[in-house]
Amino acid sequence: MMTNVLMVGVGGQGIILASDILSEVALLSNYDVKKNEIHGMSQRGGAVVSHIRIGNKVYAPIISEGAADFIISFEKMEFLRYMEYINNRTMLLLNTQVIYPLSVTSGKAAYPNSLIEDGIKRFTKAYQFDALELALSIGNPRVISSIILGALSVFLPFSYSIWENTIINRVPKNTSSLNIKGFNKGREITKNP
Amino acid sequence: MITLLSGNEAFARGAYEANVKVVSSYPGTPSTEITENLRNYPLIYAEWAVNEKVALEVAAGASLAGKRAMTCMKHVGLNVAADPLMTLSYTGVNGGLVIIVCDDPGMHSSQNEQDSRHYAMFSKLPMLEPSDSMEAKEFLIQAFEISEKFECPVLIRSTTRLSHSKSKVELKEQKITKEGNIEINPDKWVMVPANAKKKHIIVEERLKQLQIFFETAEINKTELNSKNLGFICSGIIYQYVKEVFPDASIFKLAAVYPLPIKRINEFLTKVKDVYIIEELDPFLERELRAEGLTVRTPKRPICGEMSPDIIKNIFLKNKKTTKNIYNDLPARPPNLCAGCAHRGIFYAISKLKLFVTGDIGCYTLGYLSPLNAIHSCICMGASISMAHGIDKATDGNYSKKAVAVIGDSTFLHTGINGLINAVYNKGCSTVIILDNRTTAMTGHQDNPATGITLKGESTYKLNFIELAKALGLKNITTVDPTDVEKCITILKEETNKDELSLIITTKACLYADKSVISNPHSIEWDKCTGCKLCLKLGCPAISFNIEENKASIDITLCTGCTLCVKVCKFSAISEYTTNDD
Repeated sequence: MMTNVLMVGVGGQGIILASDILSEVALLSNYDVKKNEIHGMSQRGGAVVSHIRIGNKVYAPIISEGAADFIISFEKMEFLRYMEYINNRTMLLLNTQVIYPLSVTSGKAAYPNSLIEDGIKRFTKAYQFDALELALSIGNPRVISSIILGALSVFLPFSYSIWENTIINRVPKNTSSLNIKGFNKGREITKNP
Repeated sequence: MITLLSGNEAFARGAYEANVKVVSSYPGTPSTEITENLRNYPLIYAEWAVNEKVALEVAAGASLAGKRAMTCMKHVGLNVAADPLMTLSYTGVNGGLVIIVCDDPGMHSSQNEQDSRHYAMFSKLPMLEPSDSMEAKEFLIQAFEISEKFECPVLIRSTTRLSHSKSKVELKEQKITKEGNIEINPDKWVMVPANAKKKHIIVEERLKQLQIFFETAEINKTELNSKNLGFICSGIIYQYVKEVFPDASIFKLAAVYPLPIKRINEFLTKVKDVYIIEELDPFLERELRAEGLTVRTPKRPICGEMSPDIIKNIFLKNKKTTKNIYNDLPARPPNLCAGCAHRGIFYAISKLKLFVTGDIGCYTLGYLSPLNAIHSCICMGASISMAHGIDKATDGNYSKKAVAVIGDSTFLHTGINGLINAVYNKGCSTVIILDNRTTAMTGHQDNPATGITLKGESTYKLNFIELAKALGLKNITTVDPTDVEKCITILKEETNKDELSLIITTKACLYADKSVISNPHSIEWDKCTGCKLCLKLGCPAISFNIEENKASIDITLCTGCTLCVKVCKFSAISEYTTNDD
């Protein structure tokens, strides 16, 4: 078994925490796991990508081209930057939240709406949801990551209780019940689309 | 216990398990988290030094005192520390001394792509290169043993992919090590020519002994599988090779210098086709060829990172290349944060069209459009000395149109030397210290001007004005960088002087001091004329709506710095209030 998850988005969206939680869940489920992300300038609104590889034995901490099983896009256009990783089985989980790049806000470039539509079609399976709206309905915009992890968790062979415990351990104490709520909400998206 | 750690977290854990007493480092991506994580180990004395040279010298002192010591830095930091490194190779050590150097292939956040393996050969010191987090911890422990056995500093090389990748690590107990005492042995530690001449002979002999040691050391591993295809590699490249060729034979080098030639030769007799795969310079290739070994070297790029995909492209002729068809997407370059107060001084500089010698750190981002306010950036501290060079080259004329900009931490790193030099040599350039009260770009570390140590203790807080006075500067001005008008006035005045000037803009980084964040602002559309002046600030919170011809502010990003309020000529921007209409 080898599962390659590519989490992509914009600095400040909680990708690093989400990828940490997924990696830990995999470890606690007795899998080998490696993850890599390029950060450093991510706080300043740059594109962020995290590679998570789960299997019986993992060598490279980065996913090869055409080898992603899941692309989890925390922002509506960001998955377009990583299309070389997809194959004809790759699943897209797309948070339709929009964060404009500087070139768009300054009026120099247009937000690539038609490319997004085209890009989604290249996946055999794609789920779209507005995690920000769902998070606000729960009462805290910061549970976006938990919602997205919930949506992903349906397709991974890890027990609910390991997810639950890991999330509770990793998020700020006063937000743990909200995050679990978000996680459950996320599960509903992909269980009953 | 098994846990997931990044390479850098594993190095920190290794320092604990190896019973290290003193760690001194200067932050630099991708090395910063090693020393930062030592905050969690109360038994280790760890500090932020002002620069890498000082850091290595502190570690050298701790070694002389008989204790295990370590310093961690990014690749270019080792250039700064190269002076003590080269001679520490001659003196040798008392307590174990390890230098971790983190290279940045692909230049994710660096100004060059130098391959620090050359420093091992240059300084005639051993260098180890781990391939995952577990090895990061274990190799560090072994590096201390080698350092004490051969009485020399040991280098460990990491790369961004290793330092910032997480993988499984088995945590172990702290080792009991023999506590040494201070070594009073001037013939060993005083490198006057008479002693150094004797030492150079020892260095050469030691290198031979190290090579013999690595011929049999278990840390270098032979994995015999295929009889037809084999690889020689080290570090993260080993993982890439295993990924692509799990059944190939591999000679896995833990020590990239000196090389176990006999063992490699033996490996070559057992496997038909053996290739060297490495990242950046052909370091192993040259070394092995110089020894007369016949090894195959695939055609590969020297520039940039290696990856499993590049290895596939080299060896698998029928590999389907998957290209991203969307290659013209709007980019997300890093930018000065929404609400960074120091954007104000860049705006003023940009407006006056001054020539700017820049420096390393957040402020390099002033280079980006629309500010376009950096014209050179070479290395830590270069802004001040280069401005002085321009001043002298143009007989003082160009100094009227030029400024040097440097951050607080960078100034204390190596900028201060340039300023002393400019005072001494009667320069008349204008230097701006952008003081944001933290070492921001590397993730907000403390420095001598913050008054807080790495371990969170309060200490003397350096005062830039008093310091500048003591250096002999006569023209010292301070200005709030959000006061654009005043910034412009002061810049005009100070650049016009036929004397050296120092301008200090003091305002804390939003992430260092959350109290500078205030209420968000918004733009009243009936007042906005669509003049786009506010867009010239390049603030990520301000966007332009082409259809409506109006600018607007994202209230979730705005931190209320009010810079845009000051540049708007139509009073269209004010504090955000929820609209009740």
